[in-house]
Amino acid sequence: MPVKVLIPTPLQKFTNDEAAVECDGGSIAELMNTLEAKFPGIQKRLCDDKGELRRFVNFYVNSEDIRFLDNKATVLNDGDEVSIVPAVAGG
Amino acid sequence: MTQAIERLRTSKQTFTALQCKECGEQYSLGAKHVCEDVCFGPLEIAYDYEAIRNQVSRETIEAGPHSIWRYKAFLPVETDTPIDVGTGMTPLVKANRLARQLGIKELYIKNDAVNMPTLSFKDRVVSVALTRAKELGFGTVSCASTGNLANSTAAIAAHAGLECCVFIPADLEAGKILGTLIYDPTLMAVKGNYDQVNRLCSEVANTHGWGFVNINLRPYYSEGSKTLGFEVAEQLGWQLPDHIVAPLASGSLFTKIYKGFNEFVKTGLVDAKDVRFSGAQAEGCSPISLAFKEGRDFITPVKPNTIAKSIAIGNPADGIYALEVARKTNGNIEDVTDEEIIDGIKLLAETEGIFTETAGGTTVAVLKKLVEAGKINPDEKTVVFITGNGLKTTEAVQSHIGEPLTIEPKLESFERAWERANTLNRLEWQQTQV
Repeated sequence: MPVKVLIPTPLQKFTNDEAAVECDGGSIAELMNTLEAKFPGIQKRLCDDKGELRRFVNFYVNSEDIRFLDNKATVLNDGDEVSIVPAVAGG
Repeated sequence: MTQAIERLRTSKQTFTALQCKECGEQYSLGAKHVCEDVCFGPLEIAYDYEAIRNQVSRETIEAGPHSIWRYKAFLPVETDTPIDVGTGMTPLVKANRLARQLGIKELYIKNDAVNMPTLSFKDRVVSVALTRAKELGFGTVSCASTGNLANSTAAIAAHAGLECCVFIPADLEAGKILGTLIYDPTLMAVKGNYDQVNRLCSEVANTHGWGFVNINLRPYYSEGSKTLGFEVAEQLGWQLPDHIVAPLASGSLFTKIYKGFNEFVKTGLVDAKDVRFSGAQAEGCSPISLAFKEGRDFITPVKPNTIAKSIAIGNPADGIYALEVARKTNGNIEDVTDEEIIDGIKLLAETEGIFTETAGGTTVAVLKKLVEAGKINPDEKTVVFITGNGLKTTEAVQSHIGEPLTIEPKLESFERAWERANTLNRLEWQQTQV
């Protein structure tokens, strides 16, 4: 189930400076594991010690915040685009 | 005076590193906003407060420029010639009529509706961010904006000779769009809400080497809001108020006013005091207020639906820190309906002669609500932060105000109309009494 993952600049050192990578995963939780297998170290930046997604990181599936979907259990389909975005200051 | 100038001359850089607000990890002073080596938390500026204490006194500050740069020792820029377009030092107005109407004794309005150059508090943060952007070598600056930040970034970039490309939600008020385009930046109107604009900008920031004031320059940018706190303390005669009420969008401004007060205490400029911090949101976008009321320490994002577009951030980056500040200072966070926001705009205009935009209407309406609920003590010296100008959001109040009386250029016509106006006023007064 390959999806496209957009990697923010601060994490691109894990992905050989690639801004977008292809990865497998039927859900966000599974995607975390496959990302870690492919790019060791990346999961620790995105998840805390208990394995929960950090509160400063936003995940979007096809432009929708996963907190409006099923959080970590959000299902991913072939060709989905997952965007990882650190929080931004006000406007 | 001579001593003051001498102290300024021997000043050295007072900011030392970028530091993660969560884990404390430090980074060099570049364009970076995320703790990329450890926990992905937001980065803030670390200062050498001993150095600041040695450099500033009430006298050196009073002898400084009539702008935010009188507090330069507390701001993260190196240059002796920052971009100074007269930003800051806006009036602190003693609001006797509004206070009387609400039933409190000592109320002040910090009036950033007349901040320079673009009539909102954003000129403070942008002046700092673009000064730092030049120091870091950026030629193009950008931002994700709900309107005011776009105005400010475009104007100050024009003054500084920087290329500018800004992003806004496509449905913004006409005044905010015109007030950006006049400075001739590239303006991207994104078909989506602010949170979607933010996400897009983060992706653009990844691929273009631009200085985004509220993304990769965020640690510098947000420090500019501290000057609101500094000015209030100085304008109150070097003392802190008892209670403040400020609008909450991302939560950054609120936390930086708190930081500003604390830095003045830390450097001996004012006496320590427990200041209560209360925050204002619109009901149609109230993720921080909801978390406060439900006793949560996390924010659940919402999809905004309110006329208060300048504070319509459904996913507030500093929301959790704003929650912490309100709780630990024994303050409150409250929200109000769009109707109450319009009433708040009118109340401030009619009692104090200050025309604010929807964010200010929200803040005044929350002030009223808190007083009525007994959550602001009538004896507290209270300061309300008005952060933007009403002429930018005329749509919001257009159908809620009176109309001119059109008359012939004749005395008789005037007398008739005057009589009619007085009768209408009497009727209105009678209705209010009933």
